[in-house]
Amino acid sequence: MERVMYSEIKSTPLVWGLLVLLGVFVAAAGAVVLYIEHHGHIVTGMNNQIVWGLPHVFAIFLIVAASGALNIASIGSVFGKLAYKPLSRLSALLAIALLVGGLAVLVLDLGRPDRLIVAMTTFNFTSIFTWNILLYTGFIAIVGIYLYTQMARRIPAHIVKAAGMAAFIWRLILTTGTGSIFGWLVARQAYDAAIMAPLFIVMSFATGMAIFLLVIMGASRLSGRVFGAELRTRLARLLAIFIAALLYFTAIQHLTNLYAAEHSAVEAFILRDGGIYTTLFWGLQVLAGGLVPMAILFHPTLGSRAGMVVLSAILVVIGGFAQLYVIVIGGQAFPLDIFPGYEVSSSFADGVINAYSPSMLELTLGFGGVALALAITVLGLKILRILPNSLSDVTVAENG
Amino acid sequence: MKRLFIIAMMTGLMATPMLGGETYPDVPKASGNPHPEGSTYWRINHPDLLKHGRDMTVHEGARNTTASLSDCITCHAVNGPDAKPVTIVSDQHFCRTCHEYAAVKIDCFQCHASVPEEQGQAHLMFKEPTTDGLDVLLSYLQRVSP
Amino acid sequence: MKIPGCGQTQKGADMHRRNFLKTGAALATISLAPGVTLMAMGQGVGAAANPNARWGLLIDAGKCPVDCSACVTACSQEHGWENTGLDTDPQWIRKVTVKDPDTGYTNSLPVMCQHCEDPPCVDVCPTGASFKRADGIVLVDRHTCIGCRYCMMACPYKARSFVHEPVTGQKTTSPRGVGTVEGCNLCVHKIDRGDATTACVEACTATGNNAMIFGDLNDPDSDISKALAAYPSIELRGDLGLNLGVRYQNI
Repeated sequence: MERVMYSEIKSTPLVWGLLVLLGVFVAAAGAVVLYIEHHGHIVTGMNNQIVWGLPHVFAIFLIVAASGALNIASIGSVFGKLAYKPLSRLSALLAIALLVGGLAVLVLDLGRPDRLIVAMTTFNFTSIFTWNILLYTGFIAIVGIYLYTQMARRIPAHIVKAAGMAAFIWRLILTTGTGSIFGWLVARQAYDAAIMAPLFIVMSFATGMAIFLLVIMGASRLSGRVFGAELRTRLARLLAIFIAALLYFTAIQHLTNLYAAEHSAVEAFILRDGGIYTTLFWGLQVLAGGLVPMAILFHPTLGSRAGMVVLSAILVVIGGFAQLYVIVIGGQAFPLDIFPGYEVSSSFADGVINAYSPSMLELTLGFGGVALALAITVLGLKILRILPNSLSDVTVAENG
Repeated sequence: MKRLFIIAMMTGLMATPMLGGETYPDVPKASGNPHPEGSTYWRINHPDLLKHGRDMTVHEGARNTTASLSDCITCHAVNGPDAKPVTIVSDQHFCRTCHEYAAVKIDCFQCHASVPEEQGQAHLMFKEPTTDGLDVLLSYLQRVSP
Repeated sequence: MKIPGCGQTQKGADMHRRNFLKTGAALATISLAPGVTLMAMGQGVGAAANPNARWGLLIDAGKCPVDCSACVTACSQEHGWENTGLDTDPQWIRKVTVKDPDTGYTNSLPVMCQHCEDPPCVDVCPTGASFKRADGIVLVDRHTCIGCRYCMMACPYKARSFVHEPVTGQKTTSPRGVGTVEGCNLCVHKIDRGDATTACVEACTATGNNAMIFGDLNDPDSDISKALAAYPSIELRGDLGLNLGVRYQNI
């Protein structure tokens, strides 16, 4: 079996240009944060009804994708599929980069981001948020160690495997924690479901794989290295399976809610009467983000074409984003049911569907997080030996 | 020779902060009784006392702590040109005179009122003195002993 | 200090020893005094939160007219907040109108933080800023609040508001500022100074409607306990099993 050779990508003008562009987005997000902190959240579109908005959708998407991006490394290290081993380093780097980007958006949207020290030192262990803080920081550390074991010389294979196993288990707990942020809320009809945690885990599989595919194909283009069709098709097929699993869990979530009379109102809202949320659910989440890419990727000829794989991956990312928008914001748009059976009205938006119009500030903050994640990835590829020299079909076949 | 000249210039430049402006802020005098422990004690310890006092007030409802922010600003209120106390917006505010000199940012007054309540100092005059002496010390030690 | 010379040796040595003792004692006092005084300062004059009490409200919706919002006005004046109708304005207590769509029956009642025994907001707060006092009052320690708004997501009664813009002119007894979360705190400052009532209950009594009672739920002789024992009352969203401190009658 050939030894896989990794090397840094060369600093071409394209790479520099990309970094400058990403830097502009990150700087813009920084300016937005200072503006929001000075003027208060009144300048955003969030209010007392829609408490968590677009920044939280971006943040949760990036965090969920981060844990999913680690999947590819886990398939190599934990499940022993040798063909995926050359991808492990990029998988670990991408996982860290996406998590840092997501955390940045989450932390900078706090009402008092200057009190981050308080959040890092005062813990309330009945709160899943507290556990998430520990899980997220621990993830960065564990995946960092895992990456180190892969890159350092003369580390025995069983140590690498142990680190990979630890990272794999940690990421499952982390995504469970992220899903439980919603699943453990009894107050709102759209949440309060045990299936939230498994749903988020499967969402991480799908979106993580999609983003990884886009990044590896982009990185190959950027560095002029070969990414063979064999490996690409394998990853694409895996993505199709993950999409199928995600559609299954989504179906179970909504079917169960429809059956329970107390939750049927929110289901009618999301599935039929919700306007933007209904459009996002059926159009972007199920159709464009689920059924279409799944059909493409399972198709024998379409699924092996590079352009179609890229398109499918982009659709899955959009679909995952739409799913989180429906969950996070749609779940808040639907009013709390404090007086079951009654029609309610008040001066505090009781009993009405809450409107939300995201501001440019929130979009800029969200994009800044994405840009940060991509910038860390590009820098990592440039500074460290992350990308294999060749992932052509010949090399992959030799690696087993 | 040239090197010596450069070194002398740099040393001279290092001394300029001492030459420019006031060396100590002009802290306004307070009304009411002076602290028995002295100003130096309060200058050094007020962050810890305020922090401890606020935890006791918020979590246990103990309102009569010696370091109560509203009591502080009642005695240390500085009157502006209209003979009414100035808020934190004015740089004559008692807390700002020192904190701007020390370049230590405080965010107390994002939430707390920076001027005393309308009733003024009357309620301080009738405020019960805190118990002093050995009892306090003993009960404190009892509270914190493991 | 005199340098000991001839004929002055004994006196000089004594002076030396004396100065040393004085300086030494002074140093010791200075280093110990802050600690001792700090400890003395630390002893507040008795905690006011009585762990044997559990403060609560009883609201008789039958006595609450649709067009009266005295409780809301009183609360906003007591604590210095204002709701002008913007989505971002806070509202610690609000009048809710309920209507049965089948029968047309209409009623109105005030809704505020229900001061649960097992509050979801306390469970989810990452820093522990949302907490329950020993006497059952649920409130936010704004010093520790980082403004994550998770408690607002978790509250089944939409009791909490987020402060969306910088605040000026705060009441001394009710500090509030941008970036933190707030809600009804059962007028803790009034309870702690012995008023034994809240602003909303005071206002309701002043209008003559007498729809709200404040009292100690743990005291069987209090007005509220006797009223709860005599007439049926319900908790909002009782199915959640939160054991609320606010009870309603005649909704």
